[in-house]
Amino acid sequence: MPESAPPAALRIRNLRKTYKDVVAADGLDLDVPVGECFGLLGPNGAGKTTTIEICEGLTAPDSGDVEVLGLHWKTDSDKLRQRLGIQLQETQLSEKLTVLETLCLFRSFYHQGPPAEEIIGLVQLEEKRDSRIGGLSGGQKQRLALACALVGEPELLFLDEPTTGLDPQARRQLWELIEQLKLAGRSIVLTTHYMDEAERLCEHVAIMDHGKTIALGTPRELVASIGVEHVVEFSAGGPGKPLDMEPLKHLEGIRDAKAENGSVLMQATKLHLAVPALLAELDRQQIPLTELRTHSATLEDVFVTLTGRHLRDE
Amino acid sequence: MNSAPAAAHTQTSTARSRFAEHPLTQLTLVRFREFLREPEALFWVFVFPILLAAGLGLAFRNRPPEVLQIGAVTPRLARSLRAEKLLSVSEFSAEGGLQALRSGKIALLAAPGSGSAIVYEYDDTNPEGRTAKMLADRAVQRAAGRVDPVGSSDRILREPGSRYIDFLIPGLLGMNLMGSGIWGMGFTIVDSRRKKLIKRLVATPMPRHYYLLSFGLSRLLMLVVEVGVLVGFGALVFKVPVRGSLLDLAVLSLISSLAFGAVGLLIASRAQTIEAVSGIMNVVMMPMWILSGVFFSAQRFPDVIQPVIHVLPLTAVIDALRANMLQGAGLVQLAPQLAILGCWMVVCFTVALKIFRWR
Repeated sequence: MPESAPPAALRIRNLRKTYKDVVAADGLDLDVPVGECFGLLGPNGAGKTTTIEICEGLTAPDSGDVEVLGLHWKTDSDKLRQRLGIQLQETQLSEKLTVLETLCLFRSFYHQGPPAEEIIGLVQLEEKRDSRIGGLSGGQKQRLALACALVGEPELLFLDEPTTGLDPQARRQLWELIEQLKLAGRSIVLTTHYMDEAERLCEHVAIMDHGKTIALGTPRELVASIGVEHVVEFSAGGPGKPLDMEPLKHLEGIRDAKAENGSVLMQATKLHLAVPALLAELDRQQIPLTELRTHSATLEDVFVTLTGRHLRDE
Repeated sequence: MNSAPAAAHTQTSTARSRFAEHPLTQLTLVRFREFLREPEALFWVFVFPILLAAGLGLAFRNRPPEVLQIGAVTPRLARSLRAEKLLSVSEFSAEGGLQALRSGKIALLAAPGSGSAIVYEYDDTNPEGRTAKMLADRAVQRAAGRVDPVGSSDRILREPGSRYIDFLIPGLLGMNLMGSGIWGMGFTIVDSRRKKLIKRLVATPMPRHYYLLSFGLSRLLMLVVEVGVLVGFGALVFKVPVRGSLLDLAVLSLISSLAFGAVGLLIASRAQTIEAVSGIMNVVMMPMWILSGVFFSAQRFPDVIQPVIHVLPLTAVIDALRANMLQGAGLVQLAPQLAILGCWMVVCFTVALKIFRWR
C-alpha cells in the first residue's frame, strides 16, 4: 500500500448485483477509511443488506470490485474471515446453548482473540453467562450477536441493522458499546434505517435508494446540503374545514410545505419568522391549530427531501 | 528439579485445552448439548424403541402349549382320557356335558355309544375341537391296549433365536438407526438454515467440512448408547441372542448409521423449511418402514418388487443385523449388504455436498 494514500478498510468500485427483477446494487462506489464508522442508510429494499453481504463475502456480485482491508474475496478469503467481525440481520443463535457456550464455539474458529469470558464482560452479559439464549431479551440477544462478531478481535466490523426491533433503552446501550469499539480503533460498517443512529455513531454516511448512493458525506454535511435548518410539523383543522395549502408555501422563512397523513410538513430556513407567519396564516383561514412541532433538520429530512418518501414507508 | 514435571503438566493441560478449543470439538459439543436438551428427541431415540420392543414382545410372546378342556360322561372314560397330559378332563352328566360344549366351556365331550364304542361330540370347524378329538381318541385307544406299529418320540425345539421377539429386535434396531440418522440430520440442519445460523457460521472462518463432520462424530458417540440400549434390553429381558461378534455388530451399526446420515444430509441439503424437510423425510422413510421387513419378513411382498426391496438401505441394514445377531454371520458374509450401504453413503454424501445450501 502506498504511503500517501490513507489505508482503506473497504473500497467498492462500480458494484452491481441484480436479483430476478430487483436491482440491489447499481454501480455502487464506496470508500471507508480505516478507523472510521461508516453508515449505510436507506429504507428496506434499498440494497443495504445485499451490499454489506457482498462485502462480507457471503454473496457474489454480478460485477464490480470489492477490496476489504486491501484483500479480495476470490484470493484471500481465509485470511479475510480471520480479520472480520460480522453480525448478520436476523441470525437466531441456538436457543438451547448458553451465552458462554455460544461464545466458546465462535471463539474456536479464530486464531487470535480474547477469551470468551472477557467478551462477555465487554458486552455486559456477565449475569447471563450461563443462561440459555432462549431466555434472553431482544437487547441481550443483540449484544450477544455483537459479542460473536468480536471474538476474533476483528479489524473491521460489519453490523447489519444492529438495533432494529429494540426498545430505546436497549438501543442506547448498544450505541454505547459501538462507541467503545470505535474508541478501540476498529473500523465499522453498519447499516440502519434509523437516522438518529447514524447521526450519533457514524463519521460518514451513504444514503442508499434503489441500489444507488443518492447522498454521501458526514451527517452534518448532508443535513446542510438540503439548505433547510428546521422542520415545522403541524396538524390543523379537520374534515369540515380543509386547509388551503397554497398560501403556506409562500410564507416568510418557509421553503416548501406539503400535507401528509393528516399533518403538514414545512421546511423552514428561518424558524423565528416562519412560526409567527404560520400562526397568522392559520388565523386568517380561521383554522384551529391542534398540534405544532419543530425540530432541527435530520438525516431523515435529507432522505425525504431527496426521494420524496419516508425511510420507513416500505 | 521440579521444573520437568511442571513443564509436563503445562504441556498436557495445553494439549487438553487445545483439544477443548478445537472447532470440531466445539461443534460436536454443540450437537450433543442441543440433543440432550431436547427431551422429545431423547424419548424418540432411546425410550420409544424400548417401549415398542417391550409391547410387541409381550403381545407376541410364546405361550406354553395350551391344555384343552374336554368333558367325559363316565368315570371310566374320564380316567383313560386323563392319561393325555394335554387334556384337562371334567366329568359331566350327559345333559350338563352338552350344555358345556354348546357354551364353549369344553372343546369336546366323550360319551359311551352303543356297545363298547365311544361317541365324540365336537365342532369340526373349531381347530381346538379337532385337536381335542385326535388327542382324546389316541388316549382312549392306548388305554384299550393299542400299540403303535411305528415307534416315535418328540424332541421339542423352543430355543431363543426363532421367536418373534428375536426377529423384531434387529428390525427395530435398523428402524431406529434410520430414524435417528435421517431425523437427526434433517431437522437440525434445516432448522439451523431457517434461523440463518448456517449462514452466520459460514461468515466465520469455520472450515465447512467441520460442520458436517461434527454431525458424523456426534452420531458415532450417540450410536453406542442407542445400539447398546436396545440390544441390551433385548438380551436381558427377552434373551434375544447376539451370536455374531460384538465388534462386527458395532462396525455394522456404524456403517448403517453413516449411510442413513448421508441420506439425511441429502434430504436436508436444500430444504429451507421444517415442513418441506418433514415431507421429504416421510416420503423417503415410509416405503422402507413398510417394505424393509421391520415387523414382518420382506419376503411376503411379490417377487416382482423384491429386487427393489433388496437395494433399499433399511432392508440391507435389517438383513445384515438379523444375520449377525441371530445366525452369527461375520462381516465377510455380510459383504453384499455392506456394499449396498456403501453405495448409498457415497452417492448421497457426494450429491449432498455438491448441492448443499450454505445459507
